[in-house]
Amino acid sequence: MLATEGKEQYLAAFDQARSTRQVKGPSWLDELREAGMASFEALGFPTTRNEAWKYTSVEPISSQSFVHANGEAKALNSSEILSRSFVDIESCRLVFVNGVYTPQLSRTENLPAGVQVQNLAETVQQNDGSLASQLGRYARHRHEPFVALNTAFMEDGAVVIVPPGCRVTTPVYLVFVSAALERQVISHPRVFILLGAASEAKIIESYVGVNSGSYFCNAVTELIGGADALIDHYRVQQEGDAGLHVGTLEADLQRGCQLTAHAVTLSGSLVRNNVHIVLNGEGAGCLLNGLYLADKRQHIDNFTEIEHVKPRASSLELYKGILSGSAHGVFNGKIIVHKDAQKSDARQTNKNLLLSENAVVNTKPQLEIYADDVKCSHGSTIGQLDTDALFYLRSRGLGLDEARSLLSFAFASDVVGRIRVDSLRQRLDDYMVAKFRKQRVS
Amino acid sequence: MLDIKNLHAKVGNQEILRGINLHVDAGEVHAIMGPNGSGKSTLAHVLAGRENYEVTSGEIIYQGKDLLAMSPEARAREGIFLAFQYPVEIPGVSTTYFLKAALNALRKHRGLEELDAMEFLALIKEKTKLVEMDQALINRPLNEGFSGGEKKRNEILQMSVLDPTLALLDETDSGLDIDALRIVARGVNALRREDRAMIVITHYQRLLDYIVPDFIHVLYNGRVVKSGTKELALELESKGYDWIKSEVASVH
Repeated sequence: MLATEGKEQYLAAFDQARSTRQVKGPSWLDELREAGMASFEALGFPTTRNEAWKYTSVEPISSQSFVHANGEAKALNSSEILSRSFVDIESCRLVFVNGVYTPQLSRTENLPAGVQVQNLAETVQQNDGSLASQLGRYARHRHEPFVALNTAFMEDGAVVIVPPGCRVTTPVYLVFVSAALERQVISHPRVFILLGAASEAKIIESYVGVNSGSYFCNAVTELIGGADALIDHYRVQQEGDAGLHVGTLEADLQRGCQLTAHAVTLSGSLVRNNVHIVLNGEGAGCLLNGLYLADKRQHIDNFTEIEHVKPRASSLELYKGILSGSAHGVFNGKIIVHKDAQKSDARQTNKNLLLSENAVVNTKPQLEIYADDVKCSHGSTIGQLDTDALFYLRSRGLGLDEARSLLSFAFASDVVGRIRVDSLRQRLDDYMVAKFRKQRVS
Repeated sequence: MLDIKNLHAKVGNQEILRGINLHVDAGEVHAIMGPNGSGKSTLAHVLAGRENYEVTSGEIIYQGKDLLAMSPEARAREGIFLAFQYPVEIPGVSTTYFLKAALNALRKHRGLEELDAMEFLALIKEKTKLVEMDQALINRPLNEGFSGGEKKRNEILQMSVLDPTLALLDETDSGLDIDALRIVARGVNALRREDRAMIVITHYQRLLDYIVPDFIHVLYNGRVVKSGTKELALELESKGYDWIKSEVASVH
């Protein structure tokens, strides 16, 4: 199928969704969807001629046809879903299956007063003011084709609103389960996170594929951080072997707001993570941590873009990848320092460990600096396991495979160590130990 | 215990060991001395199984087995331990975690039960006292940011936990001040045993004041050119290595 045909089917699906939608939403939402569709119609699917997609072909997505699941396949093993998605069982969570909210797996008790954690479809019906004015304002559907698609087809997702000064001490989990049906399903989960001034929250988005069939999950998160807010945002992906995933995080940070954003990609056939952070207030800061593990023929692309708009903002970025088999990893780190953003401090590091001869990594820093008084640095490495370290471990009696898995684990440990939700860090540690053990047998 | 016969080894195209012969019995401590570049460290690494050295001829028989046919880990499991001159830093893995994995690999090989976390902690607590090592240090990433002395003490700690049959100490004294040297030497001496042999490689006689060897061998140009008892070390200390060099030159 040609890319244009791929586009046609979304146009047709959009018309159909508009005519068959049972619950009428507010008019602003219809307008937003229309705008999203118009953007997608204008943009189309990106090609590798587009600089931002140079190393990633979306052909596996554009050449296939998908159907909306509309809440089918809910008869899933709930304990399996919860354990696979690294959820802390006691915590507050919203669970979505193929894009549709599943209340029986969710839990929203014990939240501080005024904190709103609710599914999007329901919130929209309440015609919430802050949602009406801000949803779609930061996610750039005019520039990003997959944001445009998500905007056009958004039905459900999560809304997290924390009032000013409020501290949410326990993490909030948002779990998106994709379960392939007989036909390949598509979902466009939308997350809206608004943190009031000087508020605090930890939010974990977990994406899981529960069977081996093909599907496409196109998720968009809009995050607005008020002045001096403290936010930890985690995206953990464990899509199925044939799962296709494009995830976009668009964050706008006000004065003094500090965001730590983690992107952990553990599986999936084709995964593209777009992270776009706008440091939109003086002294705002972001810490971006990324970890990607890929094997077989997996393709994982992390595209990050940080804009320093106001003075004295800081960004610190560390992405690490471990690739084996015939996996392909891509890292693109774009930093734009606008002309008013004096005293900006931006540091970026990307390190890759290749465990096999057929694994490939493309890493590309992109710095655009329009201010003159700034500190910017970037560095990237691609390497194999250190032979001195391997020999040292073996000389103590560890087998070659065990030494390799220990060093792989060690390579990822500083990124994992920065995860500030203990239960999540522990689960990820356990996952990696098991994964590297398994890898050495194969 | 160990028989090295006419051992030749090279790195790339350069031959470094040119016919080493050495016999070590259980309970003995042998010192190998020699000027820089004589092949001391190469010998230690060949014994431990380092792959970038190519053995071109000769053989090494260890406890009746062909050592050269064994992988580095197989040698370790059979009781060989190399204390490195430059211990490797491994960020992200604590000494405790790594050493427990190593000890259990050895125990498994010997048909012993693996130690659980509690048993291992008790063992390592006792062993850290021997080398006067801070407990906090062993929970930190392996050798990362350790001082020279801390790294060497960590090597001796590992040696005492892994309880080898043949210990190779490669320039364990290098980079140590006198206090650290004393602590390390005391640790080593405590590990001397009837059924264990040690090969101590050093450039300086200083270490041998603390670890008194049964035999001393002088290595020069990849061969053992002189062997003797501890008095030989004193002679080397006062006269340097030049007289050995000229003696070798006059023979050839």
